[in-house]
Amino acid sequence: MSLVQANKLEKSYRTGEVTVPAIRGADFTIEPASFVSFVGPSGSGKSTLLNMIGCLDRPTGGSLKVLDTDVGTLDRRQAAAFRGAHIGFVFQDFNLVPVLSVYENVEYPLVMVQNWPAAQRHARVMELLEAVGMSDQAHKRPDQLSGGQKQRVAVARALVTRARLVLADEPTANLDHATAWRVIELMKKMRDEFGTTFLFSTHDPKIMEAAEVIYALEDGRIVPGGAQ
Amino acid sequence: MTNVIKLAARNLLRYHRRTALTASLITLGIVAVLMFVALSGSFKAMMIGQITDAMLGHLQVHRKGYVASIDNLPLNLLMKPGAVAKVEAQLQQMPQLAAWSPRIKFSAMFSNFTETTGIRLNGIDPQREAATCPLLPGRFIDGSAAHGLVEQGKLLIPDIIAKGMKVKVGDTVVLVATNQDGSVNGQSFVVQGVLESATGPGGRDAYLHIDDARSLLRLEDASLSEIAVRLRDPAQLPQVMQALDDTLGQLKNPQGQPALEIHDWKKLTPFTAIANMIDLLTLFIKVMLVAIVLISILNVMIMAVYERMREIGTLAAIGTPPRRILGLFVAEGLLLGVAGTLIGTVISLGAVALLRLYPVHFSFGRQDNLQLVPSLAAGDVLFIGVLVTLIAVLASLQPAWKAARMDPITALRSV
Repeated sequence: MSLVQANKLEKSYRTGEVTVPAIRGADFTIEPASFVSFVGPSGSGKSTLLNMIGCLDRPTGGSLKVLDTDVGTLDRRQAAAFRGAHIGFVFQDFNLVPVLSVYENVEYPLVMVQNWPAAQRHARVMELLEAVGMSDQAHKRPDQLSGGQKQRVAVARALVTRARLVLADEPTANLDHATAWRVIELMKKMRDEFGTTFLFSTHDPKIMEAAEVIYALEDGRIVPGGAQ
Repeated sequence: MTNVIKLAARNLLRYHRRTALTASLITLGIVAVLMFVALSGSFKAMMIGQITDAMLGHLQVHRKGYVASIDNLPLNLLMKPGAVAKVEAQLQQMPQLAAWSPRIKFSAMFSNFTETTGIRLNGIDPQREAATCPLLPGRFIDGSAAHGLVEQGKLLIPDIIAKGMKVKVGDTVVLVATNQDGSVNGQSFVVQGVLESATGPGGRDAYLHIDDARSLLRLEDASLSEIAVRLRDPAQLPQVMQALDDTLGQLKNPQGQPALEIHDWKKLTPFTAIANMIDLLTLFIKVMLVAIVLISILNVMIMAVYERMREIGTLAAIGTPPRRILGLFVAEGLLLGVAGTLIGTVISLGAVALLRLYPVHFSFGRQDNLQLVPSLAAGDVLFIGVLVTLIAVLASLQPAWKAARMDPITALRSV
């Protein structure tokens, strides 16, 4: 069974009297434990697509199933619960909570989203910090880390809840090329280690080479034959 | 919950100057309110104590209609001996009463043989008056109550009359009074003591023995102007008033009208207006405190929400339930309120303790060297603390609600 199934997926925004289409009839599927990239120029609809898959936004047409759930039907609370249970996020600007340490940032979803018992929490956080190579920086605050280190922590935070799907919108845009490549390699390693599906957007040709499946987007449409 | 509070505390410390400033504002408000409550409460209690313990008693019983004409001290509205007996019989049955004092009040001419002036007089039973108004003996500024508060044939006069008429202790003076029949009678008295004038009704009255008052007025029966009553516990005043209304208030005169009227001290002194004004000022200061807390916390929380929009978006995106985000911001407001309240309460209690060690002396009306000894009731401190905490939560609700309802995409896009 596919992890994500989109069928004639549409998304448009209304600005006053004008309706602007962002996604036009997208059909695609994403299989479990795959490493998928949405590529395309700015404004092509990559972020909109990721937002809809991540239940942050709702389709205006067609259907979108994630883990066999029609995410278009979820209300605000249900969407938050679904994200907390199944989806991890990695952001372009890392978005770590500045008042929390590395350890606490990774621990946050287990405390505030999933209510894990303290002992299990500690073991899981340390497992993830070990996996991303940040266990020796656990006590540091985000402002004491480099961009690459912050993104490693963000990857650990996305995976800590045993999310089935991690969405990363331009995760390497604020990193130099070498660091960006290391982050992508880390994500791939995590996919191999935990079987998590990674779905990321990028417009960097070198980064997109790392993806196993690529969907090319142009003006809100998936370019025919774009899936590689 | 602990984690929410912990995170809220960290967020507050992130903007430590702003947090300190807001907490200081709340602290200042708490100190202002508690100090005002302590000082005004102390002033009010002291003045009420002075008025009830030196002059009025806690309540008085009169013949119906007497209080309406009390400024004239009318002799045609005395309680008849039958009514007096019924009142005393009722008072004797009430264990809540500490003492009561029969009084005959009237106006007279006071002469030092060269000058004459009007004077208000209280005919009293010295022992019962001293038991009912225990602060009265303390008002002596000249002379002595060593052989009784006022001996027969003697007179206690207020210092304003003593100074104005150049009379001192031991001097002989003459009182001339008009009795109930309209005839005039005069008697000479020796000044036994000079009393410090006090603020309030009766504060500039003279005192003589009740038997002398009867003799001067040629009053042959046990009629009285009033009976002043002192309670063991002033807090029981409402219950005692109710009990007296239910018994003495039901007595009828031959015309079938109520024969007696019972008034507590509040109805008998203009200080009640001042006491009410103090209560009103206290309420006003509390409203100001509410406004300070509401505005300062609302302001700081609105700023926090706008500054941390991207962070809110992140928390929402990774699945934090909206109620947790709401709780996080409410907890920040709550912590601010609680911190300000605790610091303010500690400062206020310290200041009150200091003022109790080094009391403030002041004058009020004709009374000098009054001592202000402030105190804070636990109930007042608790009320203010709970009020500020509730307002702090209330003030954070709107910004917290906004944060919890924020669209994650819009929030994540914010700079």
